[in-house]
Amino acid sequence: MISVKDLRRSFGSIVAVDGISFEAKRGDVLGFLGPNGAGKTTAMRMLACFLTPDGGTATVCGHDILREPLKVRQSLGYLAENAPAYNEMTVGSFLNFVCDARRIYGRGRKDALARIVTRCSIESVYHQTIETLSKGYRRRVGLAQALIHDPPVLILDEPTDGLDPNQKHEVRQLISRMAKDKCIVVSTHILEEVEAVCNRTIIIERGKILVDSTPEELKRKYQTSLDEVFRKITRRKSA
Amino acid sequence: MNGFWAVCKRELKGYFATPVAYVFLVIFLFFSGYLTFRRGFFEVGQADMYLFFSNLPLLFVFMVPSTAMRLWSEERRSGSIELLMSLPITVTQAVLGKFVAAWFFIGIALLLTFPMPLTVYYLGHPDIGLIITGYLGSFLMAGSFLAIGCFFSALAKSQVISFILAVVACAVLVYAGMPTTVNYLSTFLPAGILEAVENMGLQTHFESIQRGVLEFKDLSYFVLLIIGWVAGCSIILDERKAA
Repeated sequence: MISVKDLRRSFGSIVAVDGISFEAKRGDVLGFLGPNGAGKTTAMRMLACFLTPDGGTATVCGHDILREPLKVRQSLGYLAENAPAYNEMTVGSFLNFVCDARRIYGRGRKDALARIVTRCSIESVYHQTIETLSKGYRRRVGLAQALIHDPPVLILDEPTDGLDPNQKHEVRQLISRMAKDKCIVVSTHILEEVEAVCNRTIIIERGKILVDSTPEELKRKYQTSLDEVFRKITRRKSA
Repeated sequence: MNGFWAVCKRELKGYFATPVAYVFLVIFLFFSGYLTFRRGFFEVGQADMYLFFSNLPLLFVFMVPSTAMRLWSEERRSGSIELLMSLPITVTQAVLGKFVAAWFFIGIALLLTFPMPLTVYYLGHPDIGLIITGYLGSFLMAGSFLAIGCFFSALAKSQVISFILAVVACAVLVYAGMPTTVNYLSTFLPAGILEAVENMGLQTHFESIQRGVLEFKDLSYFVLLIIGWVAGCSIILDERKAA
C-alpha cells in the first residue's frame, strides 16, 4: 500500500533524506527508528505530501505523491509531531472542521464522531478548548483527527512522545487493534514500543536506511536486546 | 470547493472565538464615527457620507492588516499548517478560504456602521446610490488591503513583522495618490511618470467610485490588486509552507 522509491530531500546543504526506498503492505506496522535528526520526520512529511521531495517518488494506495497529492491525503491519516491543532477551538468543533474538510456529512459524520470519540476516549474533553488539554489528551485528539475517515494508511510521527506510561499503553493497544486491516507507519525512538506493536523495523540514520528487517530477526541476528542492536547499528555507522 | 468552505467557516468562527473580532469591531466603529464628526460632519451642512468614507483609507491602513496578520503567520508558528496541509485541501482553496473569511468579517464591520447612513437619512435627503457605491468602494479597498496583508502574513512567521510590512505596503498605496505627494513629486518627476504613480495610488480610484462613477478602470484596479496579491500568497505558501 506504500511504496517508496529513492526519496530524497535536502534543506540547503543538509541532506535530510538521502534516497530511501521501502514497501509496506496491508497488515504491516512499520516501525521507523532512528536517532534524532535522522530524517524520520522529513520522510513522513513527504509521504503526507506536506513536503515535496527533491528526487524520487512514492505511492500511497496506488496514488503518486507528486501527481495526485489530494488523493493521497484522502487515503491517509497523518499525525504530525507534537499533534498540531487549532488551540482556540473546542475538540468537538475541531473534529467537525476535519469532517468538513474530508467531506464527511450527515449520518456518516455522526457515526464517525461517535466511533472516534469512544475509540480515542476523549468523551470527557469533547467541549473543552484544545489549548486547555493536557499533552496526552492533545495527542489523542490528534489521533482522532487522523482516524476519523478510517483511512487505509496511517502515518504517525512519534505518537507516544510525552505521554505517561498508561497513555502509552493505550495508544499502543489502539495501534495493535487497528493493525490487521491497515498499513501503519510509526516513527519512534522508544525501542520497547517497536517490540510491542511493530512487525517490521526500518532503522534510518543520516537519511539512509541501514536496516530493513523485523524486530525478532534483529534480536536473533545480534543475540541481544533491541536497545543494544540500535546502539550498535547507529553508532558504528556514524562513527 | 469543500476545502474552501471548510477553511472559510473555521476561520470566520475563529475570529469570534477569540477577542480579536470584538476588539477590532469596537475600535473600528469608534474611530470611523469619531473621525467623521471631528472633521465637521455638522458644519458641512450636507446630508452625505463623503466625510465618513474619506476617513476610511487611513483607518484601513492600520485596521485591515491587523485582521490579516494572523491568517498565515499564526498557522505557521503554531505548526497547525501541517495539519491543514495534510487534509485533502489545495493551497489555493486554503488561501481563498481564509481571504474570503477575513473579507466577509470586514464586510460585517462595514455593515455595522449602519447608524451613519441612518443619521444622514434622518437629517436630509441623501443620494442612496452614492452611499451604496461608497460602501462598495470601501469594501473593495478593504479587500485589496487584506490581500496585501494575507501575502505578508504568508511571508513572515512573526505576526508583528507581517503587520508592519503590510501597513507600509498599504500606506504606500494610499499616499501615492494623495494630493500632497503628487504635488511634491511633480516638482521633479516628468508628467508621464507622475501620472503613472498617481494611477497606481489608491486615492483616485477610491474617490471616483465614491463619487458614484463606476468605471471599469477603477473596479479593475481593485480586482487586479486582490487577484495579484492573493496569487502571490499562494505561491509563497506553496514554496515555504514547511520552512
